[in-house]
Amino acid sequence: MDDLMLNQFLLLGAVLFCIGVYGVLARRNAVMVLMSIELVLNAVNINLLAFGAMHNDIAGAVFALFVIAIAAAEVGVGLAIVLIIYRNRHSVDLNDVDAMKG
Amino acid sequence: MVAQNIFFYAFAALIVGAAIAVVTTKNVVRAALYLVTVFVGVVAQYMLLAAEFVAVTQILVYIGAIMVLMLFGIMLTRARIGRDVALTHDSWWLGLITAVALVGVMGYALIDAFGDDPLPEDIRIQDVAGSNSATVSDAIFSQYLIPFEVVSVLLLAALVGAIVLARKDRA
Repeated sequence: MDDLMLNQFLLLGAVLFCIGVYGVLARRNAVMVLMSIELVLNAVNINLLAFGAMHNDIAGAVFALFVIAIAAAEVGVGLAIVLIIYRNRHSVDLNDVDAMKG
Repeated sequence: MVAQNIFFYAFAALIVGAAIAVVTTKNVVRAALYLVTVFVGVVAQYMLLAAEFVAVTQILVYIGAIMVLMLFGIMLTRARIGRDVALTHDSWWLGLITAVALVGVMGYALIDAFGDDPLPEDIRIQDVAGSNSATVSDAIFSQYLIPFEVVSVLLLAALVGAIVLARKDRA
């Protein structure tokens, strides 16, 4: 137990991912759901870098950077959508967004 | 090596504790600040994996930009700043069951697949001057040039899309 293991990073990523999934499923506030998605994306980045270190390959770091860029784009568009929902319904409660319900 | 393990477990505990606080706290602004704690812990793990360029980018983009955006989102949607009991669905326990089952399955699969594979003694990815920034930029601008350009176009599309969506005077 004195060397760094690959698995300790992967398990940390798995736990962080599942906390994020719980947040996406359980939260009612749309901004909180976006925050939970950030947790999921960070878990993915830990995994990418752990495998990059394992195989001594720079691709892990490169794709982690791409994930960070895409996360920034996702938050920008996501918050714009949340703002429209707020403007139209005066609430960001996801239970109120039921216009597509039959 | 023991020092690295102590470092890892200290920051892993910080990450997991703060992440649980993000998804359980009853205060939106506090959740955003716990999220900053998670990002700092993740930066520490990146450092441990010898990816300092990604770590610095994480600080700049996540803690610098995304968190400000989140706080603006909280402000503009006029969330209650204090305690807000309506933050969680009544059926939150279904999400809890899903998450626990998922962590069980993923943990079993990971332990089964990777057992105790050690990371290399000395993680250093073809570094030139004691840092891997040069290697990262070499890789981005040669081997991964096309994905890089695609990400650039995606960012532009997201920028235009966000402006169009958030405009007040749209038809």
